[in-house]
Amino acid sequence: MRVRLRYFAGAREAMGRAEETRDLPAGTTVGALLGQLRAEEPRFARLPADMMVSVNFEYRAPDHLLAEGDEVAFIPPVSGGR
Amino acid sequence: MFEITREVLTADQVAEAVRAPDCGGVVTFLGTVRSPSRGRTVLYLEYEAYPEMAVRKMQQIAEEIRERWGITRVAIRHRVGRLEVGEASVAIAVAAPHRREAFEACEYAIARLKRIVPVWKKEVWADGEEWIGWEGTEEVQPVGAPAARA
Repeated sequence: MRVRLRYFAGAREAMGRAEETRDLPAGTTVGALLGQLRAEEPRFARLPADMMVSVNFEYRAPDHLLAEGDEVAFIPPVSGGR
Repeated sequence: MFEITREVLTADQVAEAVRAPDCGGVVTFLGTVRSPSRGRTVLYLEYEAYPEMAVRKMQQIAEEIRERWGITRVAIRHRVGRLEVGEASVAIAVAAPHRREAFEACEYAIARLKRIVPVWKKEVWADGEEWIGWEGTEEVQPVGAPAARA
């Protein structure tokens, strides 16, 4: 399934981009996607742990299942200095 | 009126948007760029928003206010981009039949905005910069498998 990812503030700077589209296996949760991004990008992993994630403009918990066409945004409450 | 804008904010714009014959009081709030902040001299701020979600969350705040205080009219505008010290970053107006509800609801609006509206600011000082929260929302627990901190 294809989902659109959007990064803001410190998350955008850590990923080096504001958005992208990804193909994810069916059954992927918010928490699994976050873990995948943290494994891929060390700078993203170093953002504060209390990252919020929204799906289609609503805050969602880690066990929320993603669906085709979702817009997922990474919303850091605070980002580290540099 | 709920919007993310790059334009200069004034209290008049939001007040005019909520004035109504059945409302006897209008309370406005301007949040302005402060320096010093946490002991450091701020050169300027950069605000960034997730506009589509921010506007939806502003509308949600207005609905919450209507549920709690009844007849009310709410306008919220948040500015993004570079703001100088003293400029307004957020403007809120609440109109209600009587002043007490208007004052209470306006205080509620800014407190809720800071918790659920996705807007960030980066403080820029002479010797560095840092993203400042956004207090985070209590509605959903952060997706927090503990991550290593820098």
